[in-house]
Amino acid sequence: MFNYYFGLAVRSLKRNLVLTVLMIFAIGVGIGASMTTLTVFRAMDNDPIPSKSRQLFAVQIDNWGPNGNSVVTGDAEGFQEQISYLDASGLMNARAAHRQSAMYVTGAAVTPSNADLLPFQVQIRAAYTDFFAMFDTPFLMGGPWSAADDEGRADVVVISHELNDKIFGGANSIGKTVNLDNREYRVVGVLGQWDPIPKFYDLNNNAYGKSPDVFMPFTRAIDGQMQGWGNNNCNGRIVEPGWAGRLHSECVWLQFWAELPSAADVEHYRAFLNNYASDQQRSGRFSWPAHTRIRDVRDWLVYQHAVSAEVRILVLVSFSFLLVCLLNAMGLMLAKIMGRAGDIGVRRALGASRRAIFGQCLIEAGVVGLAGGLLGLVLTGLGLMGLRSLLSEDVTRLTHFSPSDITIAVILAVVATTLAGLYPTWRAAQVQPAWQLKAQ
Amino acid sequence: MLKMTHLSKAYRTEVVETFALRDFSIHVREGEFVAVTGPSGSGKTTFLTIAGLLEEFSGGEYQLDGANVRGLNDNQRSKLRNEKIGFIFQAFNLIADLNVQDNIDVPLRYRGFNGAERRRRIGEALGRVGLSARSRHYPAELSGGQQQRVAIARALAGSPRLLLADEPTGNLDTQMARGVLDLLEELHRDGATIVMVTHDPELSVRAQREVHIVDGQVVDLAAQPRLVASASAGT
Repeated sequence: MFNYYFGLAVRSLKRNLVLTVLMIFAIGVGIGASMTTLTVFRAMDNDPIPSKSRQLFAVQIDNWGPNGNSVVTGDAEGFQEQISYLDASGLMNARAAHRQSAMYVTGAAVTPSNADLLPFQVQIRAAYTDFFAMFDTPFLMGGPWSAADDEGRADVVVISHELNDKIFGGANSIGKTVNLDNREYRVVGVLGQWDPIPKFYDLNNNAYGKSPDVFMPFTRAIDGQMQGWGNNNCNGRIVEPGWAGRLHSECVWLQFWAELPSAADVEHYRAFLNNYASDQQRSGRFSWPAHTRIRDVRDWLVYQHAVSAEVRILVLVSFSFLLVCLLNAMGLMLAKIMGRAGDIGVRRALGASRRAIFGQCLIEAGVVGLAGGLLGLVLTGLGLMGLRSLLSEDVTRLTHFSPSDITIAVILAVVATTLAGLYPTWRAAQVQPAWQLKAQ
Repeated sequence: MLKMTHLSKAYRTEVVETFALRDFSIHVREGEFVAVTGPSGSGKTTFLTIAGLLEEFSGGEYQLDGANVRGLNDNQRSKLRNEKIGFIFQAFNLIADLNVQDNIDVPLRYRGFNGAERRRRIGEALGRVGLSARSRHYPAELSGGQQQRVAIARALAGSPRLLLADEPTGNLDTQMARGVLDLLEELHRDGATIVMVTHDPELSVRAQREVHIVDGQVVDLAAQPRLVASASAGT
């Protein structure tokens, strides 16, 4: 009977085009508005590394103490979002996790060997070799640098495939060199597509920005005194001038991630961190008890407000708008269906049960929902295009409309419209054929 | 075929109870052509809707083709209605946006016949009412008499045991009405059981017997059956 009901639905919708168009438009606008915000929300709320998000932990150490946290960057628990070089070095030296890396964002000017290309700036992530295995970065060519390269402050880099395309024409560049700020670095690896959204490993510095084009050993960047391009917060106790002063200060400007595969590893690392902080207290660096925290990727995104309250409210408002649109569609559907009470009475007289009438009208509601969903997809596309024209390039990365978003939009439209159609459909099923026929 | 015994139908409001049928008894045998007559408001249409399982009754018993219909749920009543009863309405009640064959197809769909069987039955029914050439026409493209013939074809297509006709010529001019009545008589001669509600005495004489209703009660069971042939001869 589905095909029969579907055919009847299409016929019925054609019969009163104005009402049909109004219903489809109401649903389409509601779906378009809600899916536009939902797409952005889903991108922001995305688990950027689902296979490992419960095994990767951001490390926080309170190195300012209870009196230092009046600074804006301190949170309610008294933590800074980043850590100092002193602590990063201490944790790297201990190597207490399965894998770990201190890291920061810096940059340099690339001078291409191809004279046709002008020099340009690139963002560089300075990290340890564990970064690549820890974050499951795919390699198109070559691989990460070695631990020995970390130790030896080697002049090696891993580059993105975009950069490889730009300066090497996409050819195998392993072993070739890249000139960064007038220093040659040997390419040891070229990454494949790797661009997690949000950029969970460094939410402080352009959380939705593109991943960097160059990765180099942390030790090399520090040795080269490559300035951080990201946020740097100090509590006013820099005692030495220059680069050494930065390294010996309590300024927080580095990120630190640890891979802890099991619950036992997590507990062990927590204990290690507390011991580390206690050691700092004993040495006189901290004058407060150990205060440390580790958070996995999901918790880190929540802690860092990866999805802002404004976006959540926007989603709520847009779904409220969808509800209003559906109520409108429901009213129109009710008018349409009850306008056909005579036909429904005839069908009942000819043997249609209430269930059959219910099914017929529900499929009609579903067809309206499907059409509304398709219109909603078009409007969502237009909405996202509008956002792209209004917002910065980095934020537009959140407006990518994936196949799963399309599926969600259509399912949302059909389910929501069918639900909105339940009441009119129920009313249709209650039509008393005897009354209808007597009235005629 | 149709047997109602001491049947009643009351419409209740908070302050008043009105009986549309009271202590109503009727027995229509298989193959009979019965006219149910009475003035407006006498309960004719209420009788028809209860007979057609479109409405529940308040008391008494009703047996349709040997089955007691009291207590049947909506699905069971719908199934029984679809399989055993064919309706012919005064206002034809064709569905405007379905063409002739799709209108006739409606009860067959609910019956669950496959496509080939439905096509066969539609063809036969249209042939019987002489409208085979009009199968693709929409109701608005047909005369009143033709529309009523389509309605009769729709009622016949499911091979019902009982045809219920509610003022079947009420919306037709004399010539068209005669054609429809001739068709009903022909169906009766072929063995159909027909119950026709009418307030027109000239129509009732075409039936085998007449049941007269006043104020929801049978007042005259028309104990003397009339032959259709003799009634026709008198007109």
